[in-house]
Amino acid sequence: MVQSLDRLKETASQTAGPYVHIGLTPNFCDIPGVYPVDLGDTMVNDKTRGERIKVKMRVIDGADTPLKDALIEIWQADADGLHNSPSEMRGAADPNFTGWGRKPTDMTTGECVFETIKPGRVPFKDGRKMAPHLTVWIVARGINIGLHTRMYFSDEEKANDEDPVLARIEHRRRVPTLIAQRDGDTYTFDIHLQGEKETVFFDI
Amino acid sequence: MTDAKTLSNRRPETGAFFQRDRAMHPPAYTPSYKTSVLRSPQKALLSLDNTLSEITGPVFGHNILGELDNDMIHNFAKPGESAIGERIIVYGRLLDERGKGVPGALIEFWQANAGGRYRHKKEGYIAALDPNFGGCGRVVTDEDGNYWIRTIKPGAYPWPNGPNDWRPAHIHFSIFGHGFAQRLISQLYFEGDPMIWKCPIVRTIPDRAAVERLVAALDMEATIPMDSRAYKFDIVLRGRRSSMFENRMEGN
Repeated sequence: MVQSLDRLKETASQTAGPYVHIGLTPNFCDIPGVYPVDLGDTMVNDKTRGERIKVKMRVIDGADTPLKDALIEIWQADADGLHNSPSEMRGAADPNFTGWGRKPTDMTTGECVFETIKPGRVPFKDGRKMAPHLTVWIVARGINIGLHTRMYFSDEEKANDEDPVLARIEHRRRVPTLIAQRDGDTYTFDIHLQGEKETVFFDI
Repeated sequence: MTDAKTLSNRRPETGAFFQRDRAMHPPAYTPSYKTSVLRSPQKALLSLDNTLSEITGPVFGHNILGELDNDMIHNFAKPGESAIGERIIVYGRLLDERGKGVPGALIEFWQANAGGRYRHKKEGYIAALDPNFGGCGRVVTDEDGNYWIRTIKPGAYPWPNGPNDWRPAHIHFSIFGHGFAQRLISQLYFEGDPMIWKCPIVRTIPDRAAVERLVAALDMEATIPMDSRAYKFDIVLRGRRSSMFENRMEGN
């Protein structure tokens, strides 16, 4: 016999269900007065450093239909590549930027829009710089465990080419599924859950 | 958003998270839960040992909380009134896989009312709304990872999956740990409910012991006489490696 590692097991995931909005964005679904604002609704204020951008996202199912009941969270670095998190040991992130946002997809169009800033570059484990990216987490009815992906930027071609995470994607034709297309100040990112254009999802 | 006081004097942890045991979690494709069929990725996930983007995550201070945020019996009710239903307390600890309490972590809850009716515009079940019940609550864990909420026990609820499928009584919950890789949403069930083992959503979980860990235990010791029964429900997030074993160029 040897000593026990004494590990607990992680609590199992379950779907967020169709009424996830009640708990996570109650003001959006007409439950006013409990919380003053929906958490994660606003990421920036007028002092936030960095380039202001809008990110328009949809989540699309295997029958090419946008999900009208999905909820998306994003997590990202500030303009200098620092995270607003106690686990960030490299320096203090911009106090006027939360780094975290949460949006339900619209119940008619299936679209949601994050108003944020373009993140700086964050080092990979070996010190190489990753390309600017958002970490994206998706939950919805029919999704049994939250899906993690990343969103990169179409106008960062050189950084994307040297990104150590994108470099690990064996099937190169799938790389563009992680790259949002720029038009003016707006990036469009469609997340395909399955089929020909299936987005790359991560086990992180 | 970050509130240093929340984490007391503990040094923040910066290690990567233990690998998720995906044989215990529900797979994406579970056809008896019909909606999963068109919403499940068909290609393999790309494995990625955590980078700073996943090791870090938002942390919320107690300062975001209103006085009644953890009291669903009163947080939507008119002054002097309260929600109808079985009054309960749900309490427990938020731990990680190493058995460490997770302090300063936000847990959000949502649920149907005592009749199984959700307050949501897409919901058409004939059971009545309770004018004094909204259905959302939230709490931030204390220094040892403890939390508690007050609510009414939700009712079972029919849903259009099979021709006669009913959800067991359940409370949805959403947790932030300290790193974005710990992000988790799941559902709490109640001890002794015969509906649990019939439910296609529960049955997406392949491991019986993992289902049992989602069932809150009736706790008569913690029950408040003539007031509320208590259910104990501990939640476990992914553990993490100590950064002393890491060999990073950047960071600490």
